[in-house]
Amino acid sequence: MDTIQAYSLMCMIRLFEEAIERLFLEGRIMGTAHTCIGQEAVAVGTAAAIEARDAMTTTHRGHGHFLARGADPKRVMAELFGRETGYSRGRGGSQMMMDPAIGFFGANGITGGSIPFATGVALDAKLRDTGRVTVCFFGDGASNQGVFHETLNLAALWKLPVLFVVENNGYAMSTPTARGLANPHIADRASAYGITGVSVDGNDFFAVRDCVAQHAAVCRAGQGPVLLECVTYRLSGHSRGDPRVYRSREEEAAAWENDPILRLETRLKADGTLTDATAKTLREKAQACVDDAIRFAESSPLPDPASLQEDLFA
Amino acid sequence: MRSVTFTQLIRETLAAELRRDPSVFLMGEDIGVYGGSFGVTRGLIDEFGPERIRDTPISEQALTGVAIGAAVAGQRPVIEIMFMDFITLAVDQLVNMAAKLHPIYGRPCPLVIRTPPGGGRGYGATHSQSLERLFAGVPGIKIAAPSNATDASALLQTAIRDNNSVLFLEHKLLYPQRFDVEDDLPTPLPFGFARVAREGEDLTIVAWSHQAFVAERAAAQLATEGIDAEVIDLRTLCPLDIDTLAESARRTGRVMILEEGPKTGGFAAEIAAQIMEHAHEYLEKPVRRIAGADFPIPSAKNLEAACLPAYDDILALAREWMG
Repeated sequence: MDTIQAYSLMCMIRLFEEAIERLFLEGRIMGTAHTCIGQEAVAVGTAAAIEARDAMTTTHRGHGHFLARGADPKRVMAELFGRETGYSRGRGGSQMMMDPAIGFFGANGITGGSIPFATGVALDAKLRDTGRVTVCFFGDGASNQGVFHETLNLAALWKLPVLFVVENNGYAMSTPTARGLANPHIADRASAYGITGVSVDGNDFFAVRDCVAQHAAVCRAGQGPVLLECVTYRLSGHSRGDPRVYRSREEEAAAWENDPILRLETRLKADGTLTDATAKTLREKAQACVDDAIRFAESSPLPDPASLQEDLFA
Repeated sequence: MRSVTFTQLIRETLAAELRRDPSVFLMGEDIGVYGGSFGVTRGLIDEFGPERIRDTPISEQALTGVAIGAAVAGQRPVIEIMFMDFITLAVDQLVNMAAKLHPIYGRPCPLVIRTPPGGGRGYGATHSQSLERLFAGVPGIKIAAPSNATDASALLQTAIRDNNSVLFLEHKLLYPQRFDVEDDLPTPLPFGFARVAREGEDLTIVAWSHQAFVAERAAAQLATEGIDAEVIDLRTLCPLDIDTLAESARRTGRVMILEEGPKTGGFAAEIAAQIMEHAHEYLEKPVRRIAGADFPIPSAKNLEAACLPAYDDILALAREWMG
């Protein structure tokens, strides 16, 4: 993935998430969703650094990770619309999609729930000696779950090839890290397991990409796991309908100055990789991709309730 | 024929499955050199090594979640939860991940969770519970609860080869029991077929796991008194063989259900309701439950006995009905 492709992908994820928020307001999709606006550099930087054989798990805030990994936006959108053509045929919704064919093992909507699951995918890689690295995304909130400790201890003990990527986006729902973390530096916890812990600017595409590449190599060499903290900011609310009463608009305005897409665009323009005209064209293409996804989803058939009984067991 | 303990046949079955399929591996606390808290996996590490007889830290949630991830990635893990009480620490992974994999994501999850429920050993309130009720109401998990060595072996083979998560109950009072079994391991037994352990015309006793073992003994005693009891051993709670239950209920008109766990909110209540739905017009007597007390299982021998279903209550109810 070159930097222009990364920029396009970050724009598409942003526009996809903005479309989701709009579609909720318009009553065209139901249920709930958690958007990753402001965190696109983590998803795309990671995806740009890993190999096709690698695996990824995500969180409840997972559209960006999935799209960065190569999901078809049409089928992600169709899942949000509850259609048969969605990744989980309308059974999963925003938080429950999986596509092992592209090494994407999803999430389950429980905070921290994917941490041991990802580690199991890594255990399989070790048992079969496939050279696969599994990237396990989770948030600052999940880092306080007991399963984080249980799993990091076990993964470190067995030297499993798993890269634990914690997206520290400043808030666990409404709770700021200052009120949720006794030590706000999550990477520090790595020392408790005798593994490497690194903190990186999660809004810097290049920093994320290079850091993931470096530490994925460590995992691949059998010297993992590694705990990588990407410090970012959730520009969107927690979920649909979050009035964001727990933080000020001034704080948000300052955070928008650090928008990862803006930062990448500025840098690419400064080094001559991107022009204003090209950027505009790329954004238009990304918007067209999202619009196509919505059209595809809305024109897709509803799933058949009669199929549910057949699906209970494999 | 030969005589073996329940433990021995489970161990032989695990070994056979490990030899048959390289994607099968065992994982749990102290299952390696120590051989498991009840000795079921004793010696297996010598043949299969520590990679496939994998000791874990005391981390039930992590080991269960790791097994689920490995299963979806293509392995066939068989995990041991040392006492069924400890499964509470892994409920999130089982309920929110394992049970959802096929119905929601359309992905197979070939996982077996072996665990011993049950009291009778004085282990106290957190090492004696029968918690299958927690999972019976969670669609997406199969539950097997054998009452004898041959069924346990046959059902365990099926569980390991199944592409879904199977909760496999090995009641701790069955482990040391000896059973006459064939020289070779039995062939796998499909889930959802109850065993008519004893045919009878007067009344039906429904049970699973160790209580089915108890029921057979009670029926033999009742036979000496001229009461012809049918005993139905469920073998699997999910899927439930309601056809065999309903047929028996229609024929005898009298059904008692044995359950080791507390009476309130138990699986016996579910069976009673299903029998009412399928056979109420044939019933001579209301369906009755003989179950554990609604009290945590105490440690002292006499107090524990007071909280577990009583053998004498089975006989008394049968005599009351047929007297």
